[in-house]
Amino acid sequence: MSHAQKVHFEQPKEFKFSAANMKKIESHVAKYPKGRQASAVMPLLDLAQNQNDGWIPEAAMEEIGRILGMPRIKVFEVATFYTMYNLQPKGKHHIQFCTTTPCWLNGSAEVVSACEKHLGIKLGETTPDGNFSLSEVECLGACVNAPVAQRNGDDFYEDLTPENAVKVLDALKAGKKPAHGSQTGRTTSMGVKGATCLHEQAEKCGVKKC
Amino acid sequence: MRGQKMLSDKDRIFTNLYGWQGADLKSAQARGDWSGTKDITAKGRDWIVEEVKKSELRGRGGAGFPTGMKWSFMPKDSKDGRPNYLVINADESEPGTCKDRDIMRHDPHKLIEGALLSSFGMGAHAAYIYIRGEFYHEAVALQKAIDEAYEAGLLGKNAAGTGWDFDLYLHRGAGAYICGEETALLNSMEGKKGFPRNKPPFPAGAGLYACPTTVNNVETIAVVPEILKRGASWFGSIGREKNRGTKVFCLSGHINNPCNVEEAMSIPLKELIEKHGGGVRGGWDNLLAVIPGGSSTRLLPKSLCDTVLMDFDSLREAYSGLGTAAVIVMDKSTDIVFAIARLARFYAHESCGQCTPCREGTGWMYRIMQRMARGEAEISEIDMLLDIGSEIEGHTICAHGDASAWPIQGLIKHFRPEMERRILEYRKRLAA
Repeated sequence: MSHAQKVHFEQPKEFKFSAANMKKIESHVAKYPKGRQASAVMPLLDLAQNQNDGWIPEAAMEEIGRILGMPRIKVFEVATFYTMYNLQPKGKHHIQFCTTTPCWLNGSAEVVSACEKHLGIKLGETTPDGNFSLSEVECLGACVNAPVAQRNGDDFYEDLTPENAVKVLDALKAGKKPAHGSQTGRTTSMGVKGATCLHEQAEKCGVKKC
Repeated sequence: MRGQKMLSDKDRIFTNLYGWQGADLKSAQARGDWSGTKDITAKGRDWIVEEVKKSELRGRGGAGFPTGMKWSFMPKDSKDGRPNYLVINADESEPGTCKDRDIMRHDPHKLIEGALLSSFGMGAHAAYIYIRGEFYHEAVALQKAIDEAYEAGLLGKNAAGTGWDFDLYLHRGAGAYICGEETALLNSMEGKKGFPRNKPPFPAGAGLYACPTTVNNVETIAVVPEILKRGASWFGSIGREKNRGTKVFCLSGHINNPCNVEEAMSIPLKELIEKHGGGVRGGWDNLLAVIPGGSSTRLLPKSLCDTVLMDFDSLREAYSGLGTAAVIVMDKSTDIVFAIARLARFYAHESCGQCTPCREGTGWMYRIMQRMARGEAEISEIDMLLDIGSEIEGHTICAHGDASAWPIQGLIKHFRPEMERRILEYRKRLAA
């Protein structure tokens, strides 16, 4: 409920999907039965957001409504309901920190404050150069690799510490693409100490046993 | 109570849980997926549903409803031309839970084969997987596996040579915990806000596009092929009565070796934490409390953790629940009131706002809990929290309202003296 956002004060007059995206739209609509094309509103909003540098203008909602034969307000309802749709421009790298209890227990508060200090902005703000936005989100669903942050709704950075989180920011600033997943070199959701089960497979794959 | 002994490796279903091997079709086939699929469907629809019933498999998404029984609610023949649907709930958002993520990115073919077999059992020619929007890489991995399966003829017309036409689609969400509630998920899939629906009608009568629909969790569907291949009696030989099979546990928080692990149902909590979780940080005696099944389940103080078994019934007897089997461990350094206040904030943020008791009540509880964490509250407000919770519980369309009250009830039941101590201490500080 508390994520209702205001639309941006400066709106482009027009929005058209690119030819490549029009193709994708076709394949999304084809997933649903005839007459149920409204089901594709979520993937279309996602496409619009990606095409428009990370936020959805009102003109895009209008265009989606036209394509899917939905009233504009229905598209607007969906766009305002879900947290991953941005109705305001964000920085080039929108970093979203999970701070829900499992991440908090493992030090998400320290990770957030280290990143805030490093960039000189607070949660909910964007750096003056437009490079970074920081925000707080609820559980991202990678709790055994807590604390976790996500960039632009795709890459997860896991097993964060104040030090390696700052390194990720620096890499992004330098135009590099830091590897997603664990930042401590851990193998996915396996324990740091090694495999506690599946020993035969572990041996075959050369994984440390514990 | 005697717990189940630890699971041996030969009984594990998810042999690529950690992604040591490829998630591709060839690697999956080497692990035994897609073997004998046709022979299973040859035994017929009813046999599949019966076998799943016999295995005593209970839903892995949190509620623990018997899966076979749920399937049997689906109409056998369509009298009015409406198709049956299977919808797989991959909107994994319960704090502490990250098991379906591993299944989808590392063992996707278990899920896809399960989708085919389950849909065949329920008479569905199409299934949708609703994956949470944040799982971008997982969606890519799963889509890749689906495409591979289509190319290999395992999906589509005459899927896997079974004679059954079956299509499987992936639908990405966009960040809403409430869409894990099955009817909110269906609304979301139809292109609406994720508002839960009134029941009845139940999804088996009128679900997706008002057609008969079953909504099952990812793990539930992904274990189906193994149950059918190895037999219900094999699955039923693991765990206690009515709590059968294997379960993927997510161990997080203050432990030395946080990890996901597939274990036997009914394994003692202590053994799970010590053997796989590497023990509590600072030793077992440094344990304060455990949230045993994701944020919605009530916490257990250490005294209960010593003996409780990880299954639906044992945890219910301990005034908690198995939920999604996401074990959140908190040692003695934890500010327990803040930990629960943070969950109260989660529920307030994720309430869809449709029902007044939940929309308003979750906010009230969060604001009181925030002050409670600082001690800036009245003693009587502890009981007020319980009152608000009981006013929400049972007065809302879906279980989000109930779930928002449970963590606070657990806190008050086991840590009331700590809450009172904080309030008195705050007053003392104020007076000085």
